[in-house]
Amino acid sequence: MTAQALAVTNVRVPGRDDACDLLTADGKVVELSPHDPKADRPDFRRIDGRGLVLMPALTDAHAHMREPGQEWKEDIASGLAAAAAGGFSNIMCMANTDPVNDHGAITRFMLRRAKDAHPHGPRLFPIGALTVGLRGRELAPMAELLEAGCVAFSNDGEPVADTEIFRRAMEYAADLAPVIDHCEDPFMAKGSGANEGAMSARLGLRGQPDAAEAIQVARDILLAEYLNVPVHLAHVSCRRAVELIAAAKKRGAPVTAETCPHYLLMTDAALLGYDTMAKVNPPLRTDADRLALIDALREGVVDILATDHAPHASHEKETPFEDAKNGISGLDTALASLWELVRQGRLTPADIVTRFAWRPAEIFKLPVNRFAPGDPADFLLFDPDDSWVVTPESLRSKGKNTPLLGQPLTGRVVLTVVEGVVVHDLSAPGA
Amino acid sequence: MNWPHKDLLDVSQLSREDVDVVMRTAASFREINARPVKKVPTLKGKSVVLFFAEPSTRTKTSFDIAGKRLSADTFGLAKTGSSLQKGETLKDTVRTLEAMNPDAIVMRHASSGAADFVAKRVGCAVINAGDGWHAHPTQALLDLFTLLEVWDTLAGKTVVILGDVAHSRVARSNCRLLPMLGARVRICAPRTLLPKDAQALDAEIFHDPDKALAGADAVMCLRLQLERQEAGLLPDLREYARRFCLTPDRLALANPGAKVLHPGPINRGVEIASDLADAGNSLILDQVSSGVAVRMAILYLHITRKDQGGQA
Repeated sequence: MTAQALAVTNVRVPGRDDACDLLTADGKVVELSPHDPKADRPDFRRIDGRGLVLMPALTDAHAHMREPGQEWKEDIASGLAAAAAGGFSNIMCMANTDPVNDHGAITRFMLRRAKDAHPHGPRLFPIGALTVGLRGRELAPMAELLEAGCVAFSNDGEPVADTEIFRRAMEYAADLAPVIDHCEDPFMAKGSGANEGAMSARLGLRGQPDAAEAIQVARDILLAEYLNVPVHLAHVSCRRAVELIAAAKKRGAPVTAETCPHYLLMTDAALLGYDTMAKVNPPLRTDADRLALIDALREGVVDILATDHAPHASHEKETPFEDAKNGISGLDTALASLWELVRQGRLTPADIVTRFAWRPAEIFKLPVNRFAPGDPADFLLFDPDDSWVVTPESLRSKGKNTPLLGQPLTGRVVLTVVEGVVVHDLSAPGA
Repeated sequence: MNWPHKDLLDVSQLSREDVDVVMRTAASFREINARPVKKVPTLKGKSVVLFFAEPSTRTKTSFDIAGKRLSADTFGLAKTGSSLQKGETLKDTVRTLEAMNPDAIVMRHASSGAADFVAKRVGCAVINAGDGWHAHPTQALLDLFTLLEVWDTLAGKTVVILGDVAHSRVARSNCRLLPMLGARVRICAPRTLLPKDAQALDAEIFHDPDKALAGADAVMCLRLQLERQEAGLLPDLREYARRFCLTPDRLALANPGAKVLHPGPINRGVEIASDLADAGNSLILDQVSSGVAVRMAILYLHITRKDQGGQA
C-alpha cells in the first residue's frame, strides 16, 4: 500500500465558513482550497466529503499500549488499530509496561512492533521512564531513550514522591525532551478511584482529595519556575489545579497541561451503583470541576486533550469497586464522545482541532497537518450525524472498559488517513 | 404481603411501608425466641449460605440462629479456608455458590458495594450483612426495632451516633433509616473520623460530644478500630477516650432516661464507660436479641417471596 493522490471534496473544515476541497499527493498536502464543483481531477482518487467534517488526524499524548508485558489488556497492534478507528495519527505511549520502558531496547521493541503491525501508521511515539523502573529513585538513561525514539519522559502511574529526585529529573531532562508528570500526592491519594466528597461519603468509599492533585501541580509549577525548565501536567481533573495553572501561565511559567474527554463529560455521579467502568485515576470529580475544565480548555489554560487510554481485561473490572483497576479505554470513542460538547455549544470543532491535534504536536514536536502545502497528509473525516451504540464489538481496543458501553453516541470517525494512506475506513468490509 | 425486593442491600431501598412490614414480622418472630422450643418449620427445606469474607462472630451467629430457628439449613463459608484466599475472584466464588442453589446468600465483605456486585450476578436473594464502610442494613433495622421496643415512635426523638462515622457502615445505614421514621440524627466525631463533606450523610454534624448530647434521647456508640490510630487519624485510645468516650457525666447532658446502644464488640473504657454498658438504660443486649428476630424477618421475607408469586 502506498500513498494515493486523494481529493476530498465538498467537505466542511473547522474554522472555515465554506466547503473545501483537500488535495494530497505523495503523502503530503497539496492544497486546501474552497470547494470547486467543476474541478476535474483525473489523477486523484475522489472522496466525497459532503456532510462530513475534515480535521487533521489527532495526536494523543497519553495512552497505555500495555506491550510489552500486559498483552491480555492491549497490545501495540490492537492499540494502534483503536487509534486509527478513533482518528489518531500520533500516539504517545506511557512507560509503565513490563518491563518498564527505561531502556533503549524496550523503546526499539515497541517501535518495531508498531512498524510490523501498522507499517503505514498511526505512528507510535514511546514515552521513556523518568526514573529506573518507575521507582522514583535513580534517573533513567534519558539520552539513550531519546536516541532510541522516545519523545518525552514520565513516571506516569507512579508519581515521583521525592521532590529532590523530581527536581533533578526535570533539570536533567530539560535539554533532552519534555517531562510529563502525573500529579498526585502519593500519600494523600492512596488507593482510590473515587473523588473525595459527598459521593464518596455516601458510598462509603475512600476518596481521593482534589487537593492531592493540586498540591503536586503546585509543586511542579514552583519547580518549573524556579528551575526555568518546562513541565507538562498529565490528565488534570479538578478546578483547584486549573486555577493554579491559570495563575502560573499568567506569570509566564513554562507549564503545559492536558485533560481527558471523560473529565469533560462525566462526574462522580457515575459511581452510583459502584460502576467500576467509571473508576479512573485521577477520579471523576464534580460538575463544578467539569465545567471549569471545559472553560480552561477553550481558553488554553489547559493546552491539550489526551485520552489516558487505559485498557483492561473484563475480569479486572468485574470486581467490587475497591478491587477494580483504574482506567478507561478511550481511543475508539474520544472524538465521538467529545462531539456532545460541540452540540451543546461548549466547544467548537476548531477548539478540538487546536487542542487534540495542533497543540500536542507543537508541545512534543511531532508531525502534524495544518493543511499547509507540504504538511503530512494526516487527516480524518467525521460524520457528525452518524448515530451508533458503543458495544464491545464496536471497539478495536482489546480494552472494553468504558462507561460509554451500551450508550448511544452521535458522530463517528469514518475515515483516517496517515501520510496519504487510508488506515481506517468505516465503510470497508470488515471494518 | 408480597415482599417487593429480591435483595436487601441497604435500607435506602426500603419504603416506609417496607420498614413497617419488617418491624411487624420481626415482632411476630420475637415471640418464638422466648419459647422453650425455639423452632418453627417456616423455612424447612430452604438453604442459606453465610458467606463472610471478613471476620465476624456476632452477625454471622445471629443470622445462623435466625435461619435455624426458621428450620432453614445454613452453611457457613469464611474467607479463611475459602477459595477467595487462593486468589479466586469474588465473581467466581459467588457463581460457584449459586450453582449449589441456595435460596439466599448472606454476605459480608470488606469492599463497599460488594453486596450490590454479587446481587447483580446471582438469581437468589442476597442479604447484605455489611459491605465495607457502606451499609449494614440489618444492624440499622435491629437498632430501630430495639428503639421501638422502648419508644412508641421515633418522631421527635434525637439520636446521637458517636464515634468513627467515617469507617462505619452502621452509621451510614442508621443515618438513612432513622430519619425515615421521624428521628433527628446527630453524628459526632473528631474530623479525622468523619468523611469529608459529611453533610452528605444527612445528619447534624458535631465535633464536641457535650454539645451533641444536649437534648439527646439515645446515644449509639460506634466501635473504634485500633488501626485508625496507626493510620494517623487519632493520637491514641487514651486521648480518644478523653474526648469521646461516653461517660456518666456526658450522658447526664442528654435527656433523662436517654438510652445507650452499641453495635458491638465493645471496647470498654474507649467508646463507652464500662458501667454505662451494663447500666439500666443500656440497650446493648436488647440489640443482640432484636438482631435474631429482625434477621428471621429478613430471611423469611426474602426467601418466601417467590412462593407468594413475586418475581426475582
